[in-house]
Amino acid sequence: MNSFISATARCLRSGAALYGPRRADVWSAPGRRLLCAAAGDVQKDLGEKVKKDKVVVFIKGTPAQPMCGFSNAVVQILRMHGVDDYAAYNVLDDQELREGIKVFSNWPTIPQVYFNGEFVGGCDILLQMHQNGDLVEEFKKLGIRSELLETEKDSK
Amino acid sequence: MIELLPACKQCPLERSSNIKKTDMAVTTDHIRDKLTKELAAVHVDVEDTSPNRCAASFKALVVSSQFEGKPLLQRHRMVNTCLAEELKEIHAFEQKTLTPEQWEKQKSQ
Repeated sequence: MNSFISATARCLRSGAALYGPRRADVWSAPGRRLLCAAAGDVQKDLGEKVKKDKVVVFIKGTPAQPMCGFSNAVVQILRMHGVDDYAAYNVLDDQELREGIKVFSNWPTIPQVYFNGEFVGGCDILLQMHQNGDLVEEFKKLGIRSELLETEKDSK
Repeated sequence: MIELLPACKQCPLERSSNIKKTDMAVTTDHIRDKLTKELAAVHVDVEDTSPNRCAASFKALVVSSQFEGKPLLQRHRMVNTCLAEELKEIHAFEQKTLTPEQWEKQKSQ
């Protein structure tokens, strides 16, 4: 309830805000359970969450204790690159967050990764980016130097 | 080396809810056929990974020239759109999307 109130207060303070990636017409999605007003606030809140930090992940569990293999893979990849300063939101703690982020990103599964407020993808995409070297480049664009570059330098 | 946890065994929400086994419509054949048809795929592999997870889970490899020139995220969204209805029933979904050229290269490695 508190988060609902503070989310509403934030909305009123910030006024009309552009947020997040374009998403499909969510109001026609069958089976939606959230009331319109509450859902709108969750979406606005997510819009702010993904912009607050350079690297934002929505996972099952926490970085210290992931509760799913795919979420664990995301956490491990970030760790390998020495990225430990990121925001991690546990969808298992909050059912509204869990459903809301799928709507917000127009992406059906968890985990979900955001860089600089932009949706990157899930575990598959992050893993492929890690394997083909794209992830190091993406981190560079964020002003983050991957630790893997240090490892490469040392081995030369 | 990235190791996945053995299963979503610890996922509490899943265990506590009534997970019925996949809707009869969501089978590997159904997924394979749909992907082949809607993405003009030249090759599709679909694996049911549900035994390793707590609910309906699938892994798919899709090879299509429609992926040419498209970044990973866009390719995955194409697959997600194709399987929008099915994904509502599916708990976990892994996918790999390749162009025919990438597929040939991978096979030869």
